[in-house]
Amino acid sequence: MERQRKRGSLLIHGILWVISGLFLAPFLWMLSTSLKPLDQTMTNPPQWIPSSIHFENYWNAVSYNKDVLGYIPFVVYGVNTLALCILVVSGTVISNAVVAYAFARLRWPGRDVAFALTLATMMIPFPVLMVPLFALFRNLDWIGSFRPLWVPAFFGGAFNIFLLRQFFRTIPFELSEAAKLDGCSEWGIFTRVVLPLCKPALAVVALFSFLGTWKDFLGPLIYLMDQKSFTLSLGLQFYQSQHGGTQWNLLMAASTIMVAPIIILFFFTQKTFIKGISVTGIKG
Amino acid sequence: MGALQEDPQTSGGSELTAKRKEAFAGLAFASPWFIGFTVFLAGPLLMSMYYSFCDYSVLRKPVWVGGDNYAEIMHDEVFWQALKNTFVYAAISLPMGLVVSIAVALLLNTNVKGMAFYRTIIYLPSLVPTVALAVLWLWMFNGEYGLINETAKRFAVSPPNWLGDPLWSKPALALMSLWGVGGAVVIYLAGLQDVPQSLYEAADLDGASPWRKTWHVTLPMISPVIQFNMIMGIIGSLQVFSEPYIMFPGGAPERSTYMYTMYLFDNAFTFQKMGYASAMGWILFILIFILTMLALKGSDKRVHTGAM
Repeated sequence: MERQRKRGSLLIHGILWVISGLFLAPFLWMLSTSLKPLDQTMTNPPQWIPSSIHFENYWNAVSYNKDVLGYIPFVVYGVNTLALCILVVSGTVISNAVVAYAFARLRWPGRDVAFALTLATMMIPFPVLMVPLFALFRNLDWIGSFRPLWVPAFFGGAFNIFLLRQFFRTIPFELSEAAKLDGCSEWGIFTRVVLPLCKPALAVVALFSFLGTWKDFLGPLIYLMDQKSFTLSLGLQFYQSQHGGTQWNLLMAASTIMVAPIIILFFFTQKTFIKGISVTGIKG
Repeated sequence: MGALQEDPQTSGGSELTAKRKEAFAGLAFASPWFIGFTVFLAGPLLMSMYYSFCDYSVLRKPVWVGGDNYAEIMHDEVFWQALKNTFVYAAISLPMGLVVSIAVALLLNTNVKGMAFYRTIIYLPSLVPTVALAVLWLWMFNGEYGLINETAKRFAVSPPNWLGDPLWSKPALALMSLWGVGGAVVIYLAGLQDVPQSLYEAADLDGASPWRKTWHVTLPMISPVIQFNMIMGIIGSLQVFSEPYIMFPGGAPERSTYMYTMYLFDNAFTFQKMGYASAMGWILFILIFILTMLALKGSDKRVHTGAM
């Protein structure tokens, strides 16, 4: 029995090693290519370890290297993306916390209908809204600015409302009652009693919205017009064959720079992340 | 409770004001959502329905044309091609993704050392920004010097020219999407943690093999999670846009990767046919709605509802 179990766990380790290898290989390939000289990026058979390491690829990828790449203000894209992320994350956390509080802990007429409606909106595909939203933002003269990308974040979103509501309901209602007897206002109960107890859930919402904004491609593609206001997602496209051949080593260096902050963030927030996914309570 | 000491009449009154106060606070707290729902969801949805019956470009005001857009769509070869491409892509990537994510989740739920490490590695790719992911895979799939084909050749397999062959471009996209199963895997893992241990203990007493335990205990118990992931998968894969848009400009080769949302986007922003694009949006909405309902109904009998 014991030997059988040992053999079983060895087998599982083996399979997991192979799967991990398959999941890691593209990353390692990206990293390896980002350090190669250009003429080594297309060797046959592929070389995993560059014969000489070229850290300057990273410098060339982010500096305005007019001869090699044309005008790609990578640093500007990075700053744009970060600023957008900060706006979206603050809007998402504030608005969803407030709204979820109403759905989780207050009784008001029409609440249950409104909540069902909120959940139903998750089924609306973005392509249906693409044209009317563009028309709306155009009427507001917002096209070309960042506003279409962050202002809606300040008005809540179905998934985050659902997630926070689940979490808010686990806080004992006696705490609210006690605070109310002490003369605390509803806003006071929200900010001083419930929110401090819900930091893990708020962190999850912040993390998800940061990652979503950092990754987003379609939104910036629709609303941003001027090359200088682009985000990393849009800017990275320019590394592809500007003048004939693609500089794969520089493209991979730029990709690595774009992926690195997310991987670092994930390593530091892993626990929050996993907890967050279990608080969503998706059991059906 | 303080109310007990008060005389019944005033207590009734204060209870009523308390209720009214709470209702008022509730509406106030919920108001950002009401505004957002009206301005960014319901309003645009109604406008989109109106536009779908109009000839409309950014530069001109919408002109009512009745059902013309819908009639034109029915005879639009490109529309049907894009719809077919999207369905073929979904038909390949959904089942593959479902099987792979469940299998990986089951493996990651076993009790072996170093699990946190494996879980992290499998989750990482789903964090990679779409653009970085797309250019990386362009590079991996390259027919001449891509890593995949070079590796295949070493094993004396003659690999297809993924990106240049209309037959292989969609499987390439589907294969690539497998790299992002991490998100679904994590949701399965959360579901697996909730399967009561007592069920396994009972199965052990009956001398059930690990395989039978998986088949008769684990899978039925996580069926609601499978259903959830399946529906999210349907909704997501029918809207696929960024990866093919970046990797296959114009849906190359031979429009084999021209997806529904790409054609919708081109109609709206390249050809300035916004009414037409709106009609396409509504057709997609209806298709997603029907498929979601079918997935819910069709799997209802198989889904274990005890956990709900």
